[in-house]
Amino acid sequence: MNWAMTFSQHLGLQVWSTLFDLLPIVTIIIAFQVLVIRQPLKKPLQLGVGIAAVILGLALFLMGLEQALFPMGKMMAKQLTSPLLLTGSATKIPIWDDYIWVYVFAFCIGFSTTIAEPALIAVALKAHQVSAGSVSVWGLRIAVALGVAIGITLGSYRIVVGLPLEYFMMAGYILVLLQTYFSPKLIIPLAYDSGGVTTSTVTVPIVAALGLGLSEQVVGSNPLIDGFGLIAFASLFPIISVLAYAQIAHFINTHKLRSST
Amino acid sequence: MHSIVKSLSYNLYKSLRDIAPIVMVVVAFQLLVIQQPMPNVASLISGLAMVVVGLTLFIYGLNLALFPLGDSLAHAFAKKGSLFWLLTFAMALGFGTTIAEPALIAVANEAANIAAQGQLIAATPESILAYSSSLRYTVAFAVGVALVIGVLRIIKGWPLPWLIMGCYLLVVLITAVAPAEIIGIAYDSGGVTTSTITVPLVTALGIGLASSIKGRNPMLDGFGLIALASLLPILFVLIFGMVML
Repeated sequence: MNWAMTFSQHLGLQVWSTLFDLLPIVTIIIAFQVLVIRQPLKKPLQLGVGIAAVILGLALFLMGLEQALFPMGKMMAKQLTSPLLLTGSATKIPIWDDYIWVYVFAFCIGFSTTIAEPALIAVALKAHQVSAGSVSVWGLRIAVALGVAIGITLGSYRIVVGLPLEYFMMAGYILVLLQTYFSPKLIIPLAYDSGGVTTSTVTVPIVAALGLGLSEQVVGSNPLIDGFGLIAFASLFPIISVLAYAQIAHFINTHKLRSST
Repeated sequence: MHSIVKSLSYNLYKSLRDIAPIVMVVVAFQLLVIQQPMPNVASLISGLAMVVVGLTLFIYGLNLALFPLGDSLAHAFAKKGSLFWLLTFAMALGFGTTIAEPALIAVANEAANIAAQGQLIAATPESILAYSSSLRYTVAFAVGVALVIGVLRIIKGWPLPWLIMGCYLLVVLITAVAPAEIIGIAYDSGGVTTSTITVPLVTALGIGLASSIKGRNPMLDGFGLIALASLLPILFVLIFGMVML
């Protein structure tokens, strides 16, 4: 009973603070509908039930996130960086290439969450249409998943060695710039959008927790400066990999055409 | 009644599919690499159950109430022809969806906790709350501005690469003078903003707009709103850091 009491108390508090998070969007949509478009709200019951579900769902999600997703990311970072696992002895101070399991874990999380991402599947289907078939749906999904996986792995490496985030970001931007110049024009807006689309609501917390947990474990690393940035990597690298994939697909296609005529 | 059960169970399946890769990778690492008893298993499992149920209800409610209205509004404003109301709607939509974005709430809270631990801000609940909300308001405002610029781009037919490159350049320049403590969270906020609520509504706005203007290709002009919405928050959070820290 005690457990149920604390749970409902927490949920009550969380629902209360969630109300304020959802107030703007609900007000905006209803106000614009009634005042500007001047149409009455259809199906008020459905609207009410839906908004109640949104509030309760968001509250539960945020509670579960505090209780499971964040701790899980930090726990994995802690366990995978324990000196015993890294170097085989409890006293030796690890250097960057001892963190191999962290990189493998980062890669696996990045790849597996992205390949299953519904938003990405939609983007891949559209890219297939836009490119008149030269970009395949599965090819693109694998390209983006590899992009995210390599991005998060590189981001973990950055946290371990403590290099400034902006160096990596600038190098990435320059690469995107060069690729944009050489890529087929129709794919560019899609590629830019794929950066923001791939990091979903459940992936973001676990990736953020992994970075912060890693930074807490690495000697001489400051979570405030080094702990963030993994999501930035995960958003920038898909742009690079989508453009790269489109370029390669375009090159192969024109090559094929040339050799067949 | 039947349709409610059907749509809830479909959403439940989708949330389970979202969480499955994470759980599989974590379990595989626990069994194969770490090989030690896992602490707090019960708490982790009940927390994950809350994540799944919460996400299911959240998306179910969005599909039931907010998405149909938002979708028809986006199309109505795109066709209405009043630039003022269109831009006002774009601004409000960007702001409102971002404030409600679950991933942003989570990351902003965590950033505030880290900032308090690092003695960047006072370690009181009030100042932690103030920091995380002002961070979210900054990001939400940035997404609003991004949508206004993005909508203008679609109407005027400005080329997207130039806008993106201009933003990159500004980001790089401001990074050079921004405090080191804000850079990580600023770059992260770009990827955090665009997910569950923002992407569907913003995409509806973009596609509706591009298909209602003559001579526009929905494929080429309708996209790109998300790209701007993930880039401008970086810029605005960097400026927020320079002002606040």
